[in-house]
Amino acid sequence: MWFEPLTEQQATLNVTMSSNPRNQTTILERLIERFIRVTGILVILFLALIFLFLLREGGATFFEVTLRNLLQTRWYPNEGHFGLLPLILGSLMVTLGAAVVSLPLGLLTAVFIAEVAPRWVREILKPFIEVLAGIPSVVLGFLGMLVVSPLIREYMGAPTGLTALSGSLMLGYMALPTIISVAEDALDAVPKSYRDAALALGATHWQTIWRVTVPAARSGILTAMMLGVGRAIGETMAVMMVTGNAARMPLTLGSFLMPVRTMTATIAAEMGEVAQGGAHYHVLFAIGLVLFFVTFIINLIAAWTIFRQGKRYGRLLS
Amino acid sequence: MDTRSKFELQNVSYIYEDGVQALYDVNLCIYPNQITAVFGPAGGGKSTLLRLLNRLNELIPGRRLEGRVLLDGEDIYAPGMDVHALRRRVGMVFATPVPLPMSIRQNLTYGPELAGVRNRARLDELVESSLQAAALWGEVKDRLDEPAAALSGGQQQRLCLARTLALEPEVILLDEPTSGLDPISTAKVEASLQELKQNYTLVVVPHSVQQAARVADHAVFILQGELVEEGMGGQLFTKPQNQRTEDYITGRFG
Amino acid sequence: MSRQLRQRLGFTLLSLTTLTVVLPILLLVGYIVVQGAPAISGEFIVAMPRDGMRAGGLWPAIVGTVLLTLGTAIFAVPVGVAVAIYLAEYARDNLFTRLIRLAIINLAGVPSVVYGLFGLGLFVIFLQFGASILAGSLTLAIMTLPIIISTAEEALSAVPRSFRIVSFSLGGTKWQTVRRVVLPQALPGILTGVILGLERAAGETAPILFTVAAFFLPRLPHSIFDQTMALPYHLFVISTQVPGMPVHIQYGTALVLLIFVLSMNVLAAVMRSRFRAKRQW
Repeated sequence: MWFEPLTEQQATLNVTMSSNPRNQTTILERLIERFIRVTGILVILFLALIFLFLLREGGATFFEVTLRNLLQTRWYPNEGHFGLLPLILGSLMVTLGAAVVSLPLGLLTAVFIAEVAPRWVREILKPFIEVLAGIPSVVLGFLGMLVVSPLIREYMGAPTGLTALSGSLMLGYMALPTIISVAEDALDAVPKSYRDAALALGATHWQTIWRVTVPAARSGILTAMMLGVGRAIGETMAVMMVTGNAARMPLTLGSFLMPVRTMTATIAAEMGEVAQGGAHYHVLFAIGLVLFFVTFIINLIAAWTIFRQGKRYGRLLS
Repeated sequence: MDTRSKFELQNVSYIYEDGVQALYDVNLCIYPNQITAVFGPAGGGKSTLLRLLNRLNELIPGRRLEGRVLLDGEDIYAPGMDVHALRRRVGMVFATPVPLPMSIRQNLTYGPELAGVRNRARLDELVESSLQAAALWGEVKDRLDEPAAALSGGQQQRLCLARTLALEPEVILLDEPTSGLDPISTAKVEASLQELKQNYTLVVVPHSVQQAARVADHAVFILQGELVEEGMGGQLFTKPQNQRTEDYITGRFG
Repeated sequence: MSRQLRQRLGFTLLSLTTLTVVLPILLLVGYIVVQGAPAISGEFIVAMPRDGMRAGGLWPAIVGTVLLTLGTAIFAVPVGVAVAIYLAEYARDNLFTRLIRLAIINLAGVPSVVYGLFGLGLFVIFLQFGASILAGSLTLAIMTLPIIISTAEEALSAVPRSFRIVSFSLGGTKWQTVRRVVLPQALPGILTGVILGLERAAGETAPILFTVAAFFLPRLPHSIFDQTMALPYHLFVISTQVPGMPVHIQYGTALVLLIFVLSMNVLAAVMRSRFRAKRQW
């Protein structure tokens, strides 16, 4: 990175300093350096392994279940119905709802923290967002179940309160820390000179934010949103505990107040009871494969945006 | 080949990866126990030349060296050369002092320990002798275990000099060693150089023509990668042969 | 509307929005504290559960979570730090390096339940470790790698380049430079990243669902091939699948998990600020 790796060769010159216990150091050093270089490959290997195992167990689906079966609208494995549509739509719906909640809230909060909040407020908010990021999804699911769902039942007339809306709300809040911290980094990275130039031209702080700073940070903000959505799609426990887990087809807006089931919840809920090697087992892995692909594509796009800017990852991965 | 020389550059050219050339066919001898001052306008290749002498240029990959660089007659870029041993023989002091984030003592023992010196007594000896040679011993002898970052700018620079001396080198390269320093510290450093040349060979890139005139035993004028003129003593500054040299020294361009 | 007025309104809107983010979380967490605190007692923490988990303590779940966290650390930290050192100090800017970074970003984005499937397929079934602490730790470790790698690399890269150049000019080799100058300076940052990564691992449920977690284990695990209880899974089961579970025990469990996880957060934050104060550059 800084330099070419230098080769260790035997000295042919007289070394002024004492000679060479460094011979042994050199061998140890070479071993260590070799180990370090190999680990880079490990990372790629792990990703490939994940893909391979999903493919291995999930690919068998296509030999055991017809495409027609997979594309139907009933998911009822006990009777051999493996329609994926309700699950896919369920995931989509909950994710969409989560996006509606978290994208605007996340962006506005990031703008607040990065551009408007006074120093002492920032010092409190930033750790707070980190704390929010640390709350385990099962805890949020638990709260959603015991606190949020009853509220939705009371005030919105849903029969049980275990609805897609509840799922969207909890998911939205789970995705918020990712969106906020990445967007905030992007806003911080906008050079001060841009803001100064706008202010010098007579713009107000508010105008500067929306006409200069945010547009300048837009690719980072977009990345933040993609990562947030990716997080939402992949979330399991929180949705499983609040969405009611009924594999229906959510086709209308009103479906937000009905139970729904996501792909992730399906895997988590049913894997424990499934016979290894059976069709149901394979289909669950196939669903995992679909999830892997979807998040892979999203991450590919996000990564491409990051690479284009020449940065590394900032706080994306935490 | 000049057998009297410590370092000899033969037809040295240095080309960057994008084709820009930093040095054009430089032939230069650096003689032992002298101060050789390599001066010239910014961007001319002086620092590049300096870094060729201890192979620090290799920290940036992709560049090409043509010609030979000989130390005591041996090509330092030959495949069998131990570059780490070379850097202990040819030490370097940089323009901005960079104390390592450790105590003063640890800064000084860093190099020797990397080279394999373990003996406590020997290390203490090196610490004291190098600090003495850098004219810093008196000021820090009671606080050797305090962080080196707490020293003043001038003291840090002398610490960096001492750090190099602790490796008992043969040649010391100094790249604008006084550029950040006040006149008093500058004078102290220049005085140290005069003392040091008795035991070492010094190659200095001065930060001004005046400094070059003050310290040089052998002056070398580099302009845009070319060695334009060189001379012994003060001859270059009083009677430059080349028009470009005269123009630069008299300040017609800079 | 005047520009000033618009600005004032805009700022108010932003503050309200932030409040909408902050307040519900504060309230919900506060609610857990209030509801769960009564259940917390010495017995709750160190005793074994009784009566089908409806009474007694959480000890095996706590032990299980600690063991899994340790296991994750053992596998993820050496590999993660090594990859970070490779990326920061050795890697050149070529296709291979980009592939590695791409792989890291993707590993970070894989859904946790897919990690669970992966762990099931590879460690539990293919390598025949069975549902075990070993399988669970390995799964969690791979999941935690991206966080550790990225924070460690940031920490290493933050060490000023000039230190490295000085070390080389004094005759140091690359590894000597890394070991004696760069790594020690980056260590606090790396440690912070490790703690944050482990915090994630401790709170995750989906990856351990099929690879290690058990609900009712009347004894503590004896070996790494045993299954174990774990706090997140425990909370999940007692809140969704056990009839007649006293509510305050549920909240108490949630509170214990929250304290476990958030104390790591606090630890990391404290380390970060102390390090910043003590830095010699």
